[in-house]
Parts: sequence; structure tokens; C-alpha cells
Amino acid sequence: MSQMAYPNTGVSRRGFMIGIAGLTFAVAVGRERLGHAATEAPDSAGTPFNPWVSIAPSGAISIIAPATEMGQGSLTSLPLILAEELDADWSKVVCVPAPPIDKIYGNPAMFGVMLTAHSLSVQGYFTPLRTFGAQVRAVLLDNVARHWRVPPAELSTEPSVVVHAKSGRRIGYGDIVSFAEIPAVAPDIKPEALKKLHEFRLIGHDVMRIELPTKVNGSAKYAIDLQVPGMIYGAILRSPVLGGAPDKVDVAAAKAVAGVTDVVRLPYGVGVLATTPWAAFDAKSALEPGVTWRRSGKAWGFDSDKGLDAFAADARDLKKPTVEWYKQGDAEAALATAAAIIEAQYRCHYAYHAQMEPLNSIASVSAAGDAAEVWCGTQFPTAAQAAAARALGIPNERIKLNYTLLGGGFGRRGDYAEEYVVDAVLLSKSARRPVKVMWTREDDVHYGHFRPITAHYLRGGLDASGKLIAYHQRLAGDRVLLAENPVFFRKSHGRDYQLMGGTELTSYDIPNQYAGQIPQYTGVRTAPLRGIGDIANKFVAEVFLDEVAHERGVDPLQLRLEMLKITPRGQKVLQRAAEMADWSRKRDNTALGCAFANYNDTLLGGVAEVSVDRATGWIKVHKFWATIDCGIPVQPDNIVAQTEGGIVFGLGLALTEEISIRDGAVEQSNFYDYRVARMNDVPDVHVEVIATDNHPTGVGQMPVVLVTPAVNNAVARLTGVRLRESPMTPERMKKALG
Amino acid sequence: MAFDFTVNGSAVSVDAPAVTPLLWVIREELKLTGTKFGCGVGQCGACVVHIDGKRAFSCQTQVSNVVGKQVTTIEGLSPDSSHPVQKAWLAERVPQCGYCQSGQIMSAADLLKRNPHPTRAEIVAQMSGHICRCGTYVRILRAIERAARET
Repeated sequence: MSQMAYPNTGVSRRGFMIGIAGLTFAVAVGRERLGHAATEAPDSAGTPFNPWVSIAPSGAISIIAPATEMGQGSLTSLPLILAEELDADWSKVVCVPAPPIDKIYGNPAMFGVMLTAHSLSVQGYFTPLRTFGAQVRAVLLDNVARHWRVPPAELSTEPSVVVHAKSGRRIGYGDIVSFAEIPAVAPDIKPEALKKLHEFRLIGHDVMRIELPTKVNGSAKYAIDLQVPGMIYGAILRSPVLGGAPDKVDVAAAKAVAGVTDVVRLPYGVGVLATTPWAAFDAKSALEPGVTWRRSGKAWGFDSDKGLDAFAADARDLKKPTVEWYKQGDAEAALATAAAIIEAQYRCHYAYHAQMEPLNSIASVSAAGDAAEVWCGTQFPTAAQAAAARALGIPNERIKLNYTLLGGGFGRRGDYAEEYVVDAVLLSKSARRPVKVMWTREDDVHYGHFRPITAHYLRGGLDASGKLIAYHQRLAGDRVLLAENPVFFRKSHGRDYQLMGGTELTSYDIPNQYAGQIPQYTGVRTAPLRGIGDIANKFVAEVFLDEVAHERGVDPLQLRLEMLKITPRGQKVLQRAAEMADWSRKRDNTALGCAFANYNDTLLGGVAEVSVDRATGWIKVHKFWATIDCGIPVQPDNIVAQTEGGIVFGLGLALTEEISIRDGAVEQSNFYDYRVARMNDVPDVHVEVIATDNHPTGVGQMPVVLVTPAVNNAVARLTGVRLRESPMTPERMKKALG
Repeated sequence: MAFDFTVNGSAVSVDAPAVTPLLWVIREELKLTGTKFGCGVGQCGACVVHIDGKRAFSCQTQVSNVVGKQVTTIEGLSPDSSHPVQKAWLAERVPQCGYCQSGQIMSAADLLKRNPHPTRAEIVAQMSGHICRCGTYVRILRAIERAARET
């Protein structure tokens, strides 16, 4: 069966790849070289290029996986795409995580960097990987043709075998290695030479995700599971506010804890070093009362409730200018002439990633401080490497980065700062030995990077027939993009796609639209979170459409289907979700609500069935039906699994998950006061993948955004009460019900 | 101070402060890392093991309290992933990131040992002490029902 080759302690991926004797290819995905340039791989002399594909005499085929694996399945699906066009026997494939080299392995759909985020892996790598696979196959065919002295056109392939039908001869890919020559210039593969949909053996056919067997017996290795020789443990008391610094530090209580070897002042906190993790955690707790903070940094004094009130006031204040995010037609002019105007204000609170593996890493810094080896789980290997290098003031090449499976990412392990890597690097430098730093869950919450708070002011204009002709949104939201990546931020010219993505409603027939951003900066730590801006923006858009339908006295489903006439794929997903839910059937104590989303060209329809306990305000979601059209389904069952998971994730965000800030600090601490969805919260979930032949688009984060609006709309239809705030906590619901 | 107990059938002796959570002893001293740290406060279930055949949060169990007892971790549930729960987990393709799954599997195995044919409500009651942030609950439920059916 196919395998994975993740690094374990002390084993280098690079050594692994180069250690294979056989055919190796290096093909670059750099933006300018997209689709060509297969070159001969380096030998072990060590050039900066690493191979994508390597075939061993045994027939084993190693294929690079350029995205990190956090449960979304890319470790399997990306090599599978290449294997498809290579016509590889999947059981012989070894999936190899890519080394951190943006210019070779960066995602062309992600500014060319190795950031596994925004559900862009399959979308961005699909065509290059197919092309590379086809190039390798063409080289194999060409070699066999010369070897057998037959025209290449007479040859075909079966999985991992070249076949000459005329003579009945067959040769396995591994057997070609001994005589194969790799051309200096890769064969040119025209798009029409790639397989047709009906020729796929792997794409569209579910395979076992390669790392799955290791996830049922405890053998899967995450960064937190690693140990390296001679290592000790570190824990860090950070400033509760970003930018704060330790002022007075009384180390006595921490040093008194048995097993503590040192207490280290850092620019942003105080680290403890100990021979065991429990000693490190105990010492951190003991340290806390003895540390005061310099109130450098911006968020001191910030209070999220008051902050959100201020955002809402800015959104409502038409004198406050906006940065244009999206414009179509002239929304202001259309509003001025509209027969009727509907306006509404919405707000969303901070939310936390709550990935199950708390942040952690191991670093081993050389005695001279001029090199380091790092082990971590990251969505952004090149940023992790760069963060370690910056911390030491040395070139990136001096950092050897080993990355592992991730115990959840959801955006938390994808930002530029990679603080959890810097922690280990700084403590290892101080200790002059390897250090494993683990954040406790409380650290992970207190120092979390959150989905931002947002306030939205919407105006819709209807013409005399009731058609929505203007959709105008002013959005005040805490900035996110700078935290993700300063380079992206600079290129964005103040337009924060993390905040604004999804405000444009391109699938609906709304001729005049405007979405403008009112930039805010609270100083609170923020980050992309599974679903990013679309969580808030689809909530707002889809609830607003229900408000329009209510105003007009029409069925909200019919309203959407009418507006989706310009988007047949959109009509289909929503229509199908409604059919699955038996939309028009009246229920006794429950009601249905629907939502549609076009999220980066993935189309989704969702219907929620809810009831509300009026005494407590508790919303129960009984059933959820969802459809997804993400183009060619590369691994259909995994798309279903991701959609199920996304709905569960969205359920917590919709109902209970909220971070509040007082004086710049996070008020919640752990799962007892940050309540995520558990099995007893989960509805019956029914998912249908609607396969089309469009270029594949994202899945992982897309379904999340359906839940808040579908549930909110269902609650409004059931109770007649509209809650324009997310999450819809029992307290808020109870208050709204009066 | 040394504490003697049994892990996955082997006798072990661990020198640690009495209040040390069993979780950290298992993970860092015994290097059985399938048992996970998730919250440290008995809220997420990532650390669930069996102690004398019953499930327990290893983050809430002091090492001094397992002296003379039999501890089973995910690594000891079966030698070859052949426990019916593990087989059902793969058949239903349950794990995503996988981090919480050892604890989930240990709780499911505990339930089926006591109650080979649980109702759906009994499954939900047992498993709601766990958190899976990837949201695999739908498949966890299906896998437990499958395991109950196939044993």
C-alpha cells in the first residue's frame, strides 16, 4: 500500500529523497515556469533543486506533497493528481512532504508561497501537478520506445507499466530506471494531451488517505510527540497584550520549583526552562504573580464590547470614508432612486481556532547561535524557517526545518510570526541545548490570534417590482492581513481580503453593489480562521436576503433561486439542498432556513432545521443538509468528510464560540469557557457532492460559512425574531425573544 | 519517588513527583505519544486511557494513583489496529487531523466493552466528553455503530 515519509527525529527528508537510487525529476512550479521545465534532478552533490518525482528500481514512486497535512487530505490528494497523469500504480506511491523552498514548491494560487491555507491547494496545484505527471510519463514512454525500437505512438501505459500491445511486451516503471535517460529539456505537454475525465483512474475515485492508518493506533507523529536527544522543556509567560514587554520580573518562585534550570527574560515574555514538562508548567504558574508588564503595544485598555459599539457607529456614520473593496454599477445612485430601502446592522465577535494540538515546537540552536534545527507543525514551512532565522539574525539557509503532521491548523499555524517557533529558538539559544516549548491550552487561548470583530451596515434598494437593485455594505473590522503576511499586506493597498472576502455577491443578479472597508486597528491579535471573512460576510449577506424576502412577503428560497438565474451552478446546489430538506413541508415545532454561498468559485447550498427553547434561549440544530459543487471532485468521500466537519465547525461559531477582551486581555481560558461543538450539539448532517467538470476549487473552509446564516434564518422563521449578531448565544437569543 | 504500575502489559517504574499527571508520564517518560495533551483540565478527552479496564482522563490522574494498576493506552488497544473500533474507524474514514482520535477510540472501546449494543443516545452521552475540532463526530457515531454491528 502507499505510504508516507514524514520525518522522524533525526531523519532528513532530503536525505531520504536523494537516497533513492533511480530516476529523479525536478520540476518547478514557480509562477514564471509554470507547466514546463522538467529537468534532471541533482545528484547527491546537493543543489538547491529537489525532485517532485523519483522512481526507484523497485518500482516505488516518491512524489512530493507541497502542502502540509492538517486533516484536509492534501498529503494524499496532491501526489494523487500527479500520479494520475503519470499513470502510477497508487500502491507503489510514497508521498513525501516538500522541503521549504517557495520558488520550487510554492502554490501558484497563493502568491507563489508554501502556505497551506484558503483551501487553495488542489485549486492551485491541480494543473501543474498533472502536467508534471504527464511529463514524467512521456519520458518513460520515450525511453522504452528507443529501448524496444518501436514508435512511441504504439506504446501505452497501465498503472506503472508501459505496454506495447502489438508485440505483447510489458515493462514496469521500476525496470525502466536502469536504461532511462532524462532529457535536458522536459517534454512539452499540451493541455489537450492530458487525460480526459473518463480516463481518470485515481481522480474521482476514493483512496485511503495515506496517513489514516497511523491515526487509529497512536503512531501518527505530531510535533508535540517528538523528542530529540538532550532536550529540555520550556514554557513561556507572555504579555497578555501584543507588544507588551516584561517589566519587573521576580524569578524566585519559579526557580524554587524542582527541575527548573533557568528563567529567561524575552522581549515579549518570560521563559522557564526545566527538565520535565510538568516542572516547566508549574514554574510558569509560579512566575505569573511576580511579573509586571510594560504597557507597550496598542490593545491595553481595549474592551471588545465597547470596541464593537464603536465599530458599529463608524459603519453607520456615512461621513466616515471607506476603502473600496468591490463595486459593480452604482449602488448609491440606485439607492437614491429605489422604490424602497431596507437597512440593517450586524455584528460578529472574536472567535478562536481551538486546534486540538496546542502550539509547540522544538529547536536546537548551535553553540555559536549561527545555525539551528527546528521541528514543528506549520501551515507555512517557509515562514517558520524565516521566523527562526530572524530570531537568530542569520540567513534562512542556516535553519533546517522539519515539519510534521498538524494537530489542526484552521489558520492558527499559518501566520507570518510563527511565534511558537521563535519561542523554542530563543530558549534553545539561551539554554545551549535543544528545547521543546509547549503552550498550555490556557496559553493557546490567552495568546490566541482571533477571527476579527466586525460591524456591518447594509442598505438594500428595491425597485417598484420588488427586485433588489442595490446592495451597499459598509464594513468596520479589525485588521487581519498584516498578521498573516506583511508582504501580502503591502500588496493589498489597505484592502484586507481576510475581512472583505465574500462581500461581493457575484452569483446573484444584483446590478448595483458596493462593499467598502472602514479600516480599524485595535491591537488585538488576529488571524485568518477557517472560513475567514466569508464567515461574517455570508452571515450578513444571506440573512439580509431573508430580510428582503420577509419585507417582500416572498419565500426566501424562491427569492434566491430567482436571483441565481445568472448562475445555473448556484441554482442547482441550492435547489438540491432544498429538495433534500423537503423545503416546502411544514414542520410543527421546528423551522427551516437556507443559505447559499459562492466562496472562491466553490458553490454551496445549505438548509438548517432548528428549534428554540424559549425558556433558555438555546437553539438546537436538528438537521443540516448541504450541497457542494467544487468542480471536479478529486477525492469525493473526503469532500463529504470536509463538508461534514465544516458544518460542525460552523455550528460552534454560530451558536457559542466567542472571545471577549477586557483591558486588552482575553477573558476566556479553556474549553469550559470557550465552548466548541460536541457530539451532543451535532445535527444529522446530509451532504451531497455535485460533480461538475469545472476546474477543482476549495473545500476545507467553504462549508463553515453556510451555518450561521442558515441557522439564523431558520430561527427567525420559527420565532419571528431576528438576531443580527453572531454568535447566537442562549443569552442573546433569550434577550431577543423578550 | 518511584511509582510502579503496568502499561500495556509491561511493568514500569517511574520516578516523578506524586502529583505529576499520568498523561505526561506516559508521553514524555514512557514515550507512548499516541495519548494526547489537549486541555489539561479534563474537558477535551484527547488524553483518555484505560485504567484497570475503565476509561480515565490521564491529565486528571496523578501518577501516584495508578500504583499497582493496569494502564492501557491506544498503543496497547491491539497489536495491529485490529480492535473492532479501530477497524470501524478506518472503514468509516473517521480521522481528519487525527489528534483527538486516540482518546475518542479509547472511549468508544470502553463503551462497547460495557455495552456492546449501545443506543445512539448512549453513544452520544459517552462521546460528548470529547472534542474533535475537525468535526468528525458524524463519522465517529457511524463508526461506533458499525463496530457494535460487526462484533
